[in-house]
Amino acid sequence: MDEIYDVIIVGAGVVGCAIARELARYELKTGVLEKEPDVGLGTSCRNSGVIHSGINYKPGTARARLDVMGNAMMDELRAQLKVPLKRIGKLTVALTKDDIPGLRKQHEQGVANGVPGMEMLDNEAMRRIQPGIEGILGLWTPSSGIISPYGLTIALAENARANGVDFRLNHKVTGAARNDEKNIFTVSATDTRTGGSMTVRTRILINSGGLHSDELSRVMGIDDGVIWACRGEYYVLDKRLDGTLKTLIYPVPGPNDPGLGIHLTPTVDGNILIGPSAAYIPDEDREDYRATAHVMEDLRREGLRLLPELTTSDFIRNFSGNRPKQTPPEVGGYADFTIEETKIPGFIRLQGIESPGLTSSPAIAIEVRNIVGRLAELKKRARFEENRPGFVGRFSALPREQRMDMIKDEPEYGEIICRCEQITKKEIRDAIENPLGSRTMMSVKYRARAMMGRCQGGFCAPRIVRILRDEYGYKPNDCMMRSWRSPMFTGNVRTGGDNES
Amino acid sequence: MTKPAGRETVIIGGGPAGLAAAIAASEAGCRDVLLIERDVRLGGILNQCIHDGFGLHRFGEALSGPEYAARFIERLRETTVGVMTGTIALNISDQRRLLLSRSGEMIEMDAGAVVLATGCRERPRGALGIPGHRPSGVYTAGAAQNFVNMENIMPGKRVVILGSGDIGLIMARRMTLEGARVEAVYELLPYSGGLPRNIRQCLFDYGIPLRLGTTVVEIVGMDRLEGVRTAKVDENLKPIPGTERFVPCDTLLLSVGLIPENELAREAGVEINPTTGGPNVDDRYMTSVPGIFSCGNALHVHDLVDWVSDEAERAGRAAALYAAS
Repeated sequence: MDEIYDVIIVGAGVVGCAIARELARYELKTGVLEKEPDVGLGTSCRNSGVIHSGINYKPGTARARLDVMGNAMMDELRAQLKVPLKRIGKLTVALTKDDIPGLRKQHEQGVANGVPGMEMLDNEAMRRIQPGIEGILGLWTPSSGIISPYGLTIALAENARANGVDFRLNHKVTGAARNDEKNIFTVSATDTRTGGSMTVRTRILINSGGLHSDELSRVMGIDDGVIWACRGEYYVLDKRLDGTLKTLIYPVPGPNDPGLGIHLTPTVDGNILIGPSAAYIPDEDREDYRATAHVMEDLRREGLRLLPELTTSDFIRNFSGNRPKQTPPEVGGYADFTIEETKIPGFIRLQGIESPGLTSSPAIAIEVRNIVGRLAELKKRARFEENRPGFVGRFSALPREQRMDMIKDEPEYGEIICRCEQITKKEIRDAIENPLGSRTMMSVKYRARAMMGRCQGGFCAPRIVRILRDEYGYKPNDCMMRSWRSPMFTGNVRTGGDNES
Repeated sequence: MTKPAGRETVIIGGGPAGLAAAIAASEAGCRDVLLIERDVRLGGILNQCIHDGFGLHRFGEALSGPEYAARFIERLRETTVGVMTGTIALNISDQRRLLLSRSGEMIEMDAGAVVLATGCRERPRGALGIPGHRPSGVYTAGAAQNFVNMENIMPGKRVVILGSGDIGLIMARRMTLEGARVEAVYELLPYSGGLPRNIRQCLFDYGIPLRLGTTVVEIVGMDRLEGVRTAKVDENLKPIPGTERFVPCDTLLLSVGLIPENELAREAGVEINPTTGGPNVDDRYMTSVPGIFSCGNALHVHDLVDWVSDEAERAGRAAALYAAS
C-alpha cells in the first residue's frame, strides 16, 4: 500500500461498506480496513434485520432523517444488489389504555419525520393483518420491513469491491497520525493472522469502527463520545413456524428503554427471532457475545407466551449482538448518531450508529459522501456497475422450471449440500469464491446460508470442509470458523496415509 | 417439462432402513423398486460407524457398520432394485409425486408407493440452550465421528462429552484411541441412555469417568473453546448453585438425542406423532397419507440397527403390496 489513498474507511460493518460502495461511484482511490476475516461480523450480523419506518425517532435528529431516507432507498438496493427484502409492515400495539399516549407520540413523530402510509387501526382492522392479535389500538406502518442484515453488508462490500474499492480484511488498526504539512494521515495496522504490521497513507480518514469507534477517535485526540456496549440476546426459531407472523409486532416503547422491547421478528429466510434483550455489559470486552442463562430463560418464556405452540426443538440457536451506544447505563434511551468531520481536517467520524443504523446505512453513505465532497473533488467514474450478478434470494426459492433450466447449464445447482436449507454446491462454491477473498466457515454460512438450518451444520459442515479440502487444497488447520483465532480442527487423525490432507 | 416417469415402489434413503426395505419390496415380488440415496455411496450412517457390535441379533456376529451395510448391499445387487446415488428427494406431494435433484438434473417422478427411510439427525446445541459463547470446537458427536472416521480430520485434543447416548460413548473411545484426552462424559439424567456394553467398553475400559446428574451450564471461549462450566442438577434437572466446576477443554461433543428426519413427510402432509417425532403409522407402517410408508429411525429412534432392518423389511413388503394393489 505504497500509494496514497484518497479515502480509507476503518470498519467494514454495514455502514462502512455502504460508504465504500457510495464512494466507488467517484474517481477516488478508496480502501477499507477491517480487523475480522470478513465484513459485517460485528453488530451488522447481530441484529433483528428490521427496516424501520422512522416512527421511533425524535423529529429533527439525524436518526429520524437518515432512517426515513435510508428506508426509501432499500427497494433500489434490493434490485441492484439482489438482497432479499420484504416490506411486511409493522404494528406497534397498545395493549391497554395506558399505552395509548405513547402510541400517539409515535404517530406524531412519524408525521413529523415524513413516514409514509401510517394508519391507526382498531383491533378488528389489526386482525385483518395479523389474525388473533391482541391489543386495543395499533399504529400500522407499511414501509417497515425485513432484510438480511449480513446479506446487505456483504452485497454492499462485494459490489464496492467489483467497482475497485480495496478491502484489507484481517487488519486491525492500531494507530493513526496526521502530517499537517502534507495533509496526509498515516494509519498503522496489525495483520491479525501474522502479527506483522503495515501502514497506509490517506488524504481522508473515515472512522466507522462501530463498537470501537471511540478508540480510534481517541487515538486522534478526540475524546468526547464514549461507546457503551449494550447486549441484546436472541433465540432463533425453526422455519416450521414460517408464515405465523404476517407482520412485525412491537409493544409501545417506554421513554428510557435502551431497546424496542422483546418481541418476535420474522426473518427473510423464514425463521422467527425472539429478542432482543437489552443489558449494558462491562467495558473490558465490548465484543463479548455470550448468551446468559437468565436472559435465555426470559426469552423462552416470552416466546412461549407469544407463540404457545412452540416446542423445545423449535429453538434452534442463540446469538447476541452489542449495540454501540453513546448513552451510559444510568441514562439509557438513545443519543443521536454522530456523523461529522472532526476538528482534525480530513478525519470523519461515525459514532453511536446503533439502531436504526441498518436502515440508515445507505443514507449515511450519502451524508458522508457530501462531507467527502467538501474535502476532495468528486468526479463520477465513467463506469460504475451498480448491479451484482445473480438473482434475488436462494436458488431453492426460484420457480421449478427456471431451476431445471439453470441446472442444465450449471450441474452443481442440482447437488444439494445443505439438506435443511436446500443449498446447492454451486451456491457453496460461489460463497467460497467470493470477491472479498474471505474463506471461513462463517463467510460461507453468511453468503450461502448453509449450516443455518435446523441441524445447524451437523450434516453439511463435513461436506463443506470436504469441498474446501478436495477442491481448494485446504488442510484441516486452514479451516477457521469465524476468526483466525477460531480453528475448526487440530490436524489430521493420522499422517502418512493416502487420505492425509 | 416432460411427463414424469413412473416407478412402482420408491425408497427414499439408502441407509440400513432403506436397504432392507428395498430388498424386501423386491423379494415380495415388486419388479420395479428404486432406491434413492443422497450420498455417493449406499450405507448411510453405517459408513462412519467403524466400531463393531452391529448384527449380533441378526447375524449372530459382531460386525462393523460398513460390514453390516455390505451384507445388505451384496444382497441388493442380486435383486432388480434400481439405485440412484448422489440424488436427493426435494419434495413429495400427497399424491406421491417426487421431485428429485442430482448433479445436472431435476427429475419428477410418480410412485405407486413410497417408503421414507430418511433416518434421523442429531439434536444441535441450540435445542439445549447452553449459555455462553459460540466458539469453534463444539460439535455433535456424529459430526465429529464423520470428521474423524471419514475425513481423517481431528476435531480437538482435550475433549468433554455432554450426553451419554451411544454415539457419545463411542466417540469417547474413538477420540481416546486417536490420542485425545477425554476428561469425562456428563449426563443430565441420573442414568445413562447408552447401551451397558458401550458404557463398559468405551468408558470404563479406558478410565473415562461418567458423571451422572451433571450437565454443562456454560460454554467458555470467545474464539476456540477454552473450557466448560459443569454443575450437578437437582431432581428437577435444574443446576444446583455452588456445584459449578470449570473443566478446561478445546472440544465439546454433544450426544444429546436424535430427532427423526421428517421434512419430506411433513411437506407431504403426513401426520407426525409429537412423542416419537416420527409419523403415525398403521400395522403396515403406512402413514396418514395413503401409499407413503415410514420405517427405521425416521419412524422412531432405535437402539440397534438389527431392529431397524427387521422393521424396514416389514415396511418394504407392505409398500410392495400396496403398489401392486
